[in-house]
Amino acid sequence: MPISLTNEMMRAIIMDHSSNPLNKREPKGEGYQKVHMHSDNCIDDLDIYLKVENDKVTDACFTGIACTISLSSTDIMCDLMKGKSKSEALYMIEQYNHMMHEEPFDDEVLEDAIVFINTSKQAARIRCATIGWNAASQILKGDK
Amino acid sequence: MYDIEKIRKDFPMLNNKTMQNKPLVFLDNASTTFKPQCVIDEINRYYLETNANSHRGDYDLCYNMDVEVSKTRETVAKFINSEINEVVFTSGDTEAINLVAYGYCLDNLKKGDQILISVYEHASNVLPWYRICELTGAEVVFANLENKRVTPNTVKEAFKKYKNIKLVALAHVSNVLGYVIDIKEITKIAHANNALVLCDGAQSVPHMPIDFKDLDIDFLTFSAHKMVGPTGIGCLIGKYDLLQKMSTFHLGGGMNVKFNKLGEIIPLDAPSKFEAGTLNLSAIMGFRKAIEYLNNIGMENIVKHEKELSSYVRNKLKGHDNIIIYNEDATSGILTFNIKGVFAQDEATLLNSKGIAVRSGQHCAKMIDEVIGEPATVRMSTYFYTSKEEIDIFVENLINGGDILDAYFFN
Repeated sequence: MPISLTNEMMRAIIMDHSSNPLNKREPKGEGYQKVHMHSDNCIDDLDIYLKVENDKVTDACFTGIACTISLSSTDIMCDLMKGKSKSEALYMIEQYNHMMHEEPFDDEVLEDAIVFINTSKQAARIRCATIGWNAASQILKGDK
Repeated sequence: MYDIEKIRKDFPMLNNKTMQNKPLVFLDNASTTFKPQCVIDEINRYYLETNANSHRGDYDLCYNMDVEVSKTRETVAKFINSEINEVVFTSGDTEAINLVAYGYCLDNLKKGDQILISVYEHASNVLPWYRICELTGAEVVFANLENKRVTPNTVKEAFKKYKNIKLVALAHVSNVLGYVIDIKEITKIAHANNALVLCDGAQSVPHMPIDFKDLDIDFLTFSAHKMVGPTGIGCLIGKYDLLQKMSTFHLGGGMNVKFNKLGEIIPLDAPSKFEAGTLNLSAIMGFRKAIEYLNNIGMENIVKHEKELSSYVRNKLKGHDNIIIYNEDATSGILTFNIKGVFAQDEATLLNSKGIAVRSGQHCAKMIDEVIGEPATVRMSTYFYTSKEEIDIFVENLINGGDILDAYFFN
């Protein structure tokens, strides 16, 4: 899996998702669940929207303001979320959180989210890298 | 002779400390400050030698503790030139402001009355007033700004516009913009209009000589931890007749003469009536040592050193057009800025990766965006122990620090 990404590639992926976050948009139509997230120690102030139909995440998007790390991590999360069943999505979030805290994790499911593997170097930004993911987790767990 | 090297040796946190495997450069002194060894030792001396309660025993240890508390009160009073019984110990600046809110304003403000503040106040000098207004029907009104600060002029305008201002509550130095306001002149105007003045001294008392009597302010608040003292201790300085008129805020042991079954309470006189419960005794001892340490260096010398650093950093940043400074003409130790096109938090993280501690965000002044037009900024703040070498490292990394993602990929 993309663990073989070079540092340059990982940086490019983060910058791409922060400068051009395609999932940063209003939800399309009805049927979305929303969670608002904000951070005490960062500018992050986001609304995360997930649409779950027949146990499947059919759309994910967000609005608001955020720093580079929360913007790109939330955008990538939205990409990865789409098409997954709730249990697949929750498993992925769990693995992502393990990675954040330098615990053993299943890299097979993280795809591009692997680019945040170094977040723990800047511990104050872990909250930023997980803010969108925590929101999605809240929605998925509340929806069970 | 101001010997910065000698001063720095007094602070364990300034010697051989690293952050992110780099020498630590601490430039977040508006948030809190490092402690010299003598303050740390004095805090320990409480636990090692003098451990007893104050006002609560007939044995020598207890008596000695009373003496320690009195000595600190006296030292504080001398430091800011008030009477000894005008010094109330609180947990810090925030509790001191809340004490005035609940102890004075709750009883004395009524519907239609007004409290004048500014949009750049720290949360601790906004939220207590919002709550008091909710409880009394009074209203918070805002002074206009001139050059991003409240001036005697704008206070005069406010008194013309608002007819029922009963309290003016302002930061002596803004924790974001670092401007010093003319609190003496503002106080004259407030008093001529029968309003009281609370001066939030959190960012001024640690950095400049303050004369409570000369300024003629009614209340002064500050925290010890921003002036090389311990956390968990601070002061409300209040004119004695006002303190006597104020209601107690916390009730319990140590603040009353007697009480009975009818529910009648006779409180002690100020300041004791505000100091219910066991005081933060180790911190009170450390606080005195901190003030002695500052006195030894000399507040005038501290002003001079910080002014020098202030112009030093601003000169070094001149010509770097991608660095936007929001308080170019401030002479205090606070520099607030952004790098063009970079989120404040991302810049602060990059600086962290270089071992440099700064703060990003709104700095608890959540209405500040109205003044500077940005949702977040980076703030670096100095103290008397900050060296030019540290400023050099900061500037070098600001200019040639690389890409914000280096914080995650180079280490």
